[in-house]
Amino acid sequence: MRELTVKDAINEGLRQCMEADPNVVLFGEDIAGGQGRDDHPGAMDAWGGPFGVTQGLCTQFGRERVRDTTIAEAGFFGAAVGAAMVGMRPVCELMYADFAGVCFDQMMNQAAKMRYMFGGKQRVPMVMRTVVGAGFRAAAEHSQTLYSLFAHIPGLKVVAPYSAADAKALIIAAIQDDDPVVFLEHKRLYMEKEPVDEAMTPLPLGQGVVRREGKDITIVAVQRMNLFALQAAEALAQDGIDAEIIDPRTYSPLDEDLILGSVAKTGRLVVVDESYPRCSLAADIAALAAERAFGSLKAPVARVTAPHTPVPFSPPMEDYFIPSAERIARRVRETVSF
Amino acid sequence: MLDDAPVEWMYRTLFRIRFFEDRVQELARTNAVPGYLHTYLGSEAIAVGVMAALRQDDWITSTYRSHGHAIAKNVSLYSIAAEIHGRTTGTCQGRGGSMHISDFDKGMLGALGIVAAGPPLALGAALQERRSGSDRIAASFFGDGAPHNGVFHEAAGLAKQWEAPVLLVCENNGYAEATATDWHLNTDTVADMMSAYAIPAETVDGMDMFTVYAAAKPAVNRMRAGGGPELIEFLSYRFSGQYEGDNQAYQPPEEIAEAKKRDPVLLARERAAQMGLNAEALAKIEAEVHQEVDDAFAAAEKDPWPEPEDALKDVYVDYPEGQIRYA
Repeated sequence: MRELTVKDAINEGLRQCMEADPNVVLFGEDIAGGQGRDDHPGAMDAWGGPFGVTQGLCTQFGRERVRDTTIAEAGFFGAAVGAAMVGMRPVCELMYADFAGVCFDQMMNQAAKMRYMFGGKQRVPMVMRTVVGAGFRAAAEHSQTLYSLFAHIPGLKVVAPYSAADAKALIIAAIQDDDPVVFLEHKRLYMEKEPVDEAMTPLPLGQGVVRREGKDITIVAVQRMNLFALQAAEALAQDGIDAEIIDPRTYSPLDEDLILGSVAKTGRLVVVDESYPRCSLAADIAALAAERAFGSLKAPVARVTAPHTPVPFSPPMEDYFIPSAERIARRVRETVSF
Repeated sequence: MLDDAPVEWMYRTLFRIRFFEDRVQELARTNAVPGYLHTYLGSEAIAVGVMAALRQDDWITSTYRSHGHAIAKNVSLYSIAAEIHGRTTGTCQGRGGSMHISDFDKGMLGALGIVAAGPPLALGAALQERRSGSDRIAASFFGDGAPHNGVFHEAAGLAKQWEAPVLLVCENNGYAEATATDWHLNTDTVADMMSAYAIPAETVDGMDMFTVYAAAKPAVNRMRAGGGPELIEFLSYRFSGQYEGDNQAYQPPEEIAEAKKRDPVLLARERAAQMGLNAEALAKIEAEVHQEVDDAFAAAEKDPWPEPEDALKDVYVDYPEGQIRYA
């Protein structure tokens, strides 16, 4: 099987969905680029978004379906909600998740609530793609993950893929889903490669995956943290600690059974989340284990997260901010030796 | 322009809104219904005139002051009354209430509780209709407070760029909550603001439903024939407070009295004969509508409350039940 990067896997998923359904329409800022300069060679698809994820789609599908918008996130997110209610399947790109503040009303109060508030008769089948993650020296307003901000809201589904194959299968599932889905892409994973199925096959939302089987401790790793958890597990194996790594992949809904089953087996849990610690996915998953797996726990649930600070700019500080394989390994050793 | 006006429907609808809202005020005063209530008293002519110009299958968005728009969109009085009462038979099965009356089948996308939330939604609906080859258009109703909100301006800018068939209907009723419009607007009118977007806009009397209709109909026709967005600002007056229970201490009594000289119902009655409805016909319509309102509320009040656990329904199309119920 050919290998694709996460970026190209998402692009292929979008392309296949657009080929299959003319109602799939993309909205975003410079998701093509060059709007207004189409007579200039190369202007169309000059960008494909800031990370090139949608590159080539405008050339194939035209500007009616790959719609470069003005820098008006609330406007086009709101328009996407209205369009979704009457038959479109819009895919909106929010350039960075950090910008959610300027269109959060459309996400939280419109997309998420239309179905419930209006008595269950309406559907808002839209996807809100956005980019998360530290490690780009992009400072406090272009680096957050904010997973729990979205997962907190009833009515939204939240997907955060780690691998290229998952990214493709999950973007397809998100577009085909009849609920509004927040699809979070980690900017430091875009260039990670692996074999990706050429077929257009969705992965059902709410299914986690065991990335490494083990018997001594469960590590639940959120998105990019799988990379470091896998590195930590290799180091821990040399000390005779056999870690199981679970990637939930979607966070609303959450594959609770997979997590609880693993904790029941290992009796120990470390949750690794790049987000801030308070009211985070790490806190949520730790609470899940405390409530529903208490009897099998041999040690307190531990969390490895960023500190409760904005994301710093300068490399030494940013590297300190992001959970590392070393920190994960240390917390695992502490938990195992409790 | 008035030759094709659906005169009888307009009178019936105007009275439906007025008598319905009178009843809502009574219920509010005796705390007979739960929740926040915002009545449409004073602006009835706007909903009637605009909806008379629209087709049933055109989309609208409304605000938390939603009863009048819903009634003029031919949503049944009974299902609106039941929603206000929080009953299972309401338009939203009791999950929305007065602020969120919605009836998709009648072209009512929904009533939104956030100021300026509607224009982008209507814009999106208009865009999708046009790109799918339909001639349905969308209208968004909002007050004079909304044009201060950034979302309104984002929607206006995009609407013009996309040349989407969305009619922006500003109901300038003199107050944005408890703040007077002549103070909060930096321009003389809301219409004046639209030149920044190259969106055609005009300011029109909003007390006479036929004047409203005469302004809305050509705009609707232009959009249906392929035109882009337009704004019409209708000048009305908010007879009620911002919400029921508002002390209205900021509204001078003489200002209210002056505005009531041009009460939309009064103006409509004055024009009835000219529009081909004699006194007898008018009295008959009014009597029938009174009965309709009585029947709607009488039936709604007897309807069942939702079961507490109905709260768990319809958050998503598809989601694990255990993660909704949670504990």
